Amino acid sequence: MSTKGYIEIDHELCKGCEICIHFCPKHAISQSSKVNAAGYSPASFSKNDECTGCAICALVCPEVAIEVYRG
Amino acid sequence: MAKVLMTGNAAIGEAAIRAGCQCYFGYPITPQNELTEYMAMHLSRRKGCSFIQAESEIAAINMVYGASLVGARTMTSSSSPGISLKQEGISYLAACELPAVIVNMSRGGPGLGSISAAQSDYFQATRGGGHGDYRTIVLAPSSVQELADFTHHAFELADKYLIPVIILGDGMLGQMMEPVEFKYEAPQELPIRSRALRGAKGRPSKIIKTFTSKPAELEEINWSLFRRYQQIKKQETTCDTFMTEDARLIVVAFGIAARIAKGAIKTARSNGLKVGMLRPITLWPFPSEKVQELTKNVKQYLVFEMNMGQMVEDVQLALAGNGEVSFYGRPGGVIPTPSEVYKVISRLYYQKGLK
Amino acid sequence: MEKIYTRPKSLKKAGFHYCPGCGHSIVHRLICEVIDEMNLQERVIGIPPPGCSVFAYHYFDVDMAESAHGRGAAVATGIKRAYPEAIVFTYQGDGDLAAIGTAETIHAANRGERITAIFINNAVYGMTGGQMAPTTLLEQKTTTTPYGRDIKLEGYPIKISEMLALTKGAVYIERTAANSPANIRKTKKAIRKAFQTQIDDLGFSLVEILSPCPTNWRMTPIEAWQWIDKVMSKEYPLGIIKDITGKQDAD
Repeated sequence: MSTKGYIEIDHELCKGCEICIHFCPKHAISQSSKVNAAGYSPASFSKNDECTGCAICALVCPEVAIEVYRG
Repeated sequence: MAKVLMTGNAAIGEAAIRAGCQCYFGYPITPQNELTEYMAMHLSRRKGCSFIQAESEIAAINMVYGASLVGARTMTSSSSPGISLKQEGISYLAACELPAVIVNMSRGGPGLGSISAAQSDYFQATRGGGHGDYRTIVLAPSSVQELADFTHHAFELADKYLIPVIILGDGMLGQMMEPVEFKYEAPQELPIRSRALRGAKGRPSKIIKTFTSKPAELEEINWSLFRRYQQIKKQETTCDTFMTEDARLIVVAFGIAARIAKGAIKTARSNGLKVGMLRPITLWPFPSEKVQELTKNVKQYLVFEMNMGQMVEDVQLALAGNGEVSFYGRPGGVIPTPSEVYKVISRLYYQKGLK
Repeated sequence: MEKIYTRPKSLKKAGFHYCPGCGHSIVHRLICEVIDEMNLQERVIGIPPPGCSVFAYHYFDVDMAESAHGRGAAVATGIKRAYPEAIVFTYQGDGDLAAIGTAETIHAANRGERITAIFINNAVYGMTGGQMAPTTLLEQKTTTTPYGRDIKLEGYPIKISEMLALTKGAVYIERTAANSPANIRKTKKAIRKAFQTQIDDLGFSLVEILSPCPTNWRMTPIEAWQWIDKVMSKEYPLGIIKDITGKQDAD
């Protein structure tokens, strides 16, 4: 596995705005089918091998719901 | 310190500086411009102090709010129409428990009115004035000396009770020139109120706000304010009496009207009429207890004010049926004369069959 | 692997009450990042407005005080004059800064008050339910322009930042947007520069941020973010409106 990065999305903070999904250059995020306590369908990291830890998702996330790791 | 001859407006300014006023924000309006100008001349270049001629009375009261937030002794001044503009800001000061001194050198109204002295802002000053349930302490000076003394006292009261204090003067007091003695020297260090908003250094961050989405929370804030108002009523109600000991008729008047009434009462006394005067000094809290005390011996009251009848309602309330109230008023900036008021007093005295 | 992105220290851990895709949350975070990076947490005093961001004090871990609607620039003036060591910023919407607050904003800028205004322009009055703002675009439908903003009845979208640039006291004014990675990065740089302008005692600084309001624009978050690129920034072009900070000496 040669992933350069990965992210953690706080599913309870996420409001399902899908902005991160729209901007992720590697399409590594998708909308999950679950529903969180606030009634939103949160975004979910699809853990594909493409994540470079570019942190664009965290940059655009209005809820500060994403933490980014790079290595 | 020796007495100096000063106009009322200037005396307020000098007293404020000696009370440690750090910031003055105001806007020109007749008949108080000499106060704004005095602060421009004498406060603006003092170390650590600030003078701004703001873009409006609204801007000025909000600058006062800002300076008070960070603990400065701060004031603004205006006259009736400008005080109307400040009402929202005063409501915010009261809600946030921020001290400030607001000087109203009132003039004839309503509307643009006249530039001459009147007392038609009594309701505005004593009934909160702005929106919401709150009160401000209201002081009513009736001489240049009192303008100076009460200005100093206003800053002390504001800081002690964390409440805006209104000095309710008028155009005549502001313009008249009398000898005045300043009993205090300006402090070496400008006083900064403790627990003011000064940045979250070594403590958790603090929020000063007036809005809540929980009515129960706002209710508790209101109750807490009113508990403080009860305290102020008990401790700070002030009034003055003149020849009331053997009076059969008591004139109730405040501010410049009390000066005029005093002249009329002296004439009455020299003609054998037993007339006295009650002069409220704190208009809020109103000296209701003193009124009640006086009704033990005196049943006839003549309220004399330069308006259409405002303080008369507080006198009626205070009497609670234990006395009879008559009213003499002249609105619009007309300045009654002592002889005119004497005629009213003597007519009433005989009408009521007083001996 | 190293954690390279996390919540700024001066942003409290509360979940935001803003709508999905709202620009407020982005800008709050950027301001907190700048406060952290410039080590200003103990010196900052922030003035949020009435509006959706009235609860900003739930999020910024700095001293904050409410202001009456529109009066933020006057309140900030009072604070800065009384306590010049503070770093003072107002956080204001388009109605707050450019309708009811026009006089206070212009005069604070004209006096060159050493304060920073963060101006959130979303072309609508959000909290009260989507009424017209001074910055509403022509033909834009709002609850008080149900037929679209009409020149004859409602005039034109106001360019308050360009107007403020005419005052000599305003030394740094930039318009950015919170609607794409590139624009968000530029917004953070602008906020940083605005605070630096205040620290360097140069004059009045303002950052106007075109901000998405999906709810009142009746769009999805992505549509709202794109509308800023496609439509709003044509009326309100992004970029530096005024920058004379290089020409000033901080005496």
